[in-house]
Amino acid sequence: MDKIAQLLKLLENTDTIELNEFRMDFEELELHLMPAVQQVVGQAQQAAIVKEIMPAEEFKPPIHDYPGEVAEVQLGAGSRKQVFLGGQKALYRFEEPQPNPPVVTFDVFDIPMPGLPRPIREHFEDVMEHPGDWAKKAVKDFGANMVTIHLIGTGPKVMDKTPKEAAADIEEVLQAVDVPLVIGASGDPQKDPVVLEAAAAAAEDERCLLASANLDLDYRKVAKAAVDYNHAVLSWAITDINMQKTLNKYLMKEGLTQNDIVMDPTTCALGYGIEFSIDVMTRTRLAALKGDTDLQMPMSSGTTNAWGSREAWMKKEEWGPTDYRGPIWEIVTGLTLMLCGVDIFMMLHPQSVKMLREIGETFTKEYMTTEVPDISNWVSQLE
Amino acid sequence: MAVTAMDVYKLLPKTNCAKCGEASCMAFATKLKDKEIGLEICTQLAANEFDKLADILAPAVREISIGKGAKAMIAGGDEVLYRYELTYYNQTPLVIDISDDMDEAAFDERVKKIEEIQFERTGELLTLDAIALRNKSGDASRFKEAAEKLKNANLALVLCSFDADAMKAALEAVGDERPLIYGATENNIEEMATLALEYDCPVALFVPNDLEKMKELSRTLRAKGITDIVLDPGTYVNAGIGDTLDDFIMIRRLAVEERDEDFRFPIMGVPALTWLNTEEDEVNTAIKEATIATTLINKYADIMIIHGTEIWELIPVLTLRQSIFTDPRKPQAVDAGVYEIGEVNEDSPVALTTNFALTYYTVEGDLKSGNANGYLLVLDTEGRAVDVAVAGGQFNGKAVADLIKESGIEDDVKTRKMVIPGLAAPTSGEIEDDTGWEVVVGPRDSSALADFLKEKV
Ligand code: SF4
Repeated sequence: MDKIAQLLKLLENTDTIELNEFRMDFEELELHLMPAVQQVVGQAQQAAIVKEIMPAEEFKPPIHDYPGEVAEVQLGAGSRKQVFLGGQKALYRFEEPQPNPPVVTFDVFDIPMPGLPRPIREHFEDVMEHPGDWAKKAVKDFGANMVTIHLIGTGPKVMDKTPKEAAADIEEVLQAVDVPLVIGASGDPQKDPVVLEAAAAAAEDERCLLASANLDLDYRKVAKAAVDYNHAVLSWAITDINMQKTLNKYLMKEGLTQNDIVMDPTTCALGYGIEFSIDVMTRTRLAALKGDTDLQMPMSSGTTNAWGSREAWMKKEEWGPTDYRGPIWEIVTGLTLMLCGVDIFMMLHPQSVKMLREIGETFTKEYMTTEVPDISNWVSQLE
Repeated sequence: MAVTAMDVYKLLPKTNCAKCGEASCMAFATKLKDKEIGLEICTQLAANEFDKLADILAPAVREISIGKGAKAMIAGGDEVLYRYELTYYNQTPLVIDISDDMDEAAFDERVKKIEEIQFERTGELLTLDAIALRNKSGDASRFKEAAEKLKNANLALVLCSFDADAMKAALEAVGDERPLIYGATENNIEEMATLALEYDCPVALFVPNDLEKMKELSRTLRAKGITDIVLDPGTYVNAGIGDTLDDFIMIRRLAVEERDEDFRFPIMGVPALTWLNTEEDEVNTAIKEATIATTLINKYADIMIIHGTEIWELIPVLTLRQSIFTDPRKPQAVDAGVYEIGEVNEDSPVALTTNFALTYYTVEGDLKSGNANGYLLVLDTEGRAVDVAVAGGQFNGKAVADLIKESGIEDDVKTRKMVIPGLAAPTSGEIEDDTGWEVVVGPRDSSALADFLKEKV
């Protein structure tokens, strides 16, 4: 069989060939091909002839239109600096850069926390007695944009500090730093709302983020404290998008708006279910951009959870030093969720914070506006 | 967009002859769409019908095999942008680089290290997949020699040189092992394409930060009849990571949503570039490399070249890869009930955990490696981890009481004392109330559980 016949045979079973802008059927194509085909020798080149007639297509960036957008939440007012979360009108930077970079808030505790992993303790050992000093060090030495003060000591089984004592701790931290605060309680569903209420009153008009409201506690009290004293609320659901929607709806019924709520869809650490967090956060952000008004708030991640993973802290010769494993575990956990749209990260280690920030900063820049090095010879230049 | 069973059905013979073993063409179509059966099982298709079906069933991102036999690995194959929509296919192969100018001892040592790196996690052994040989020497015969040596390594091979003569020399040595040719650039595309065709090897296209040009060159390769292409749009590790992310995401969007034929190929990321002119020390550079690898594996890298070989740097990357590529359609839970660990009798201790697969396998692994003996009660928390289930309410006294009743554990042991996870401490009171058992709060991490059972219970 000669080459032309072979080629025609190849084409025989196909009735049309898809070209980019137009279609032609095979009678026409045969005509076009005849002269060229006569010079063909190898089979591979035959394919080449067919393909060559495809007109070069222009590259068009795949930019979507989004009917919805993420609400912007202001944290910090009064004597605080201001930080803004959210405000995205698109999923990715090449579509439209986000107005605000992701923010990291440093964890600080109202009690000394001897249980913190050593790589963190060594940075804060000298200030753990006083939450004000601790917060100050996070801001001054490590450039924290925000501080989270966890009122762990109010836990009935911890030190059972009174709401009044909690308020005093808040005042101490407010005095010590001028960045916005996240105020966390101890995780006791009975006591948390009362503690948060007292803390909210102590920080009136400073626009803190009260952490958190969830369906297991008196979220109305938390919402009311936020409305009365001008704060925002962290709305926490357990990797469940429907639970998140319900809770947000309830909170908005209590007088909060989209601009007063930040969502915590729950951070499962790397290796401990992070894929569940990835899925929930991705779906939440996509829903926001599609226009679901119950899910259009910025998202938060309790990245500190990463330190609970044994790979982060457990001494084990074969795994290398914990000094490096811990921070990396926190980075990988946080960064993964940053790429799903998370706007604010609660973290512990200065180096993790630095890495996350570096990547987060790029989210506000336009595509192809950054100077990049010449990497065209990396194969031989790399050591 | 993913195809539907209906799209597939339309192209089948619709005779319901059942020769494929399915009751109907529609049933066969459903299996085809879910990749549960091969197209060749239907023997009733004419060649043109077969091709058409093969075309619509092809994944959005072409699957490309690199290496042969036991060394083979597959890059690409994804159908969707987000894993929750279906699942991601083919774990991103991790490739470690090595340069051809190293002295023999150092070279051999590095190869050995790459081959031996492994990390066990939830019953799975996580390892690296390939070696990328860099033509750092710029010398063709050295490149060839080094490639020759790697024949003995038990991993697939990526050959890195932009010099077509050097590439040809190396292919003479290892071209029959289906290495990935890295790479074709604007300057050498004709020569590299010829080599790819001659040796029937996949070829990577390296076009830093210029998708317009990448599209053009991908088309050039395709026009030559080359089908196995890998796309490297460049990896920038500092502020340029923003551009890199944009490039990766755009390529994948064009492949999945628009079926742009020029971009329907696996994407290569090169976190190794972190080491190029770095001003940081080794530890910080390695941490940064892991950071870049994390970024790219999350956003569509289908194959990555990494430089660092420290285990503490690779463990998080391997773990992330394992997590992202689990199939969300498969339940992440084990059956609730009572499990025996080691030798048990009526005096054995009892510990409680959840049925989240990761939790269960971790606890079971820890108890076994700690040579513990006892009963493990596994609570149905709908596949949630301990802390999540405590917060979510699935880990409660009543559920534990039901578990005790249904499992019949009270007939197996004399004790009425159980160890619960440290993270479930807040539920200890209600469990005692609802079960009548004494509750001992165990360690927060199960690595300490074996000793705890031996010493405290
Ligand atoms: S063998 Fe083919 S034609 Fe026959 S039932 Fe199966 S799919 Fe239909």
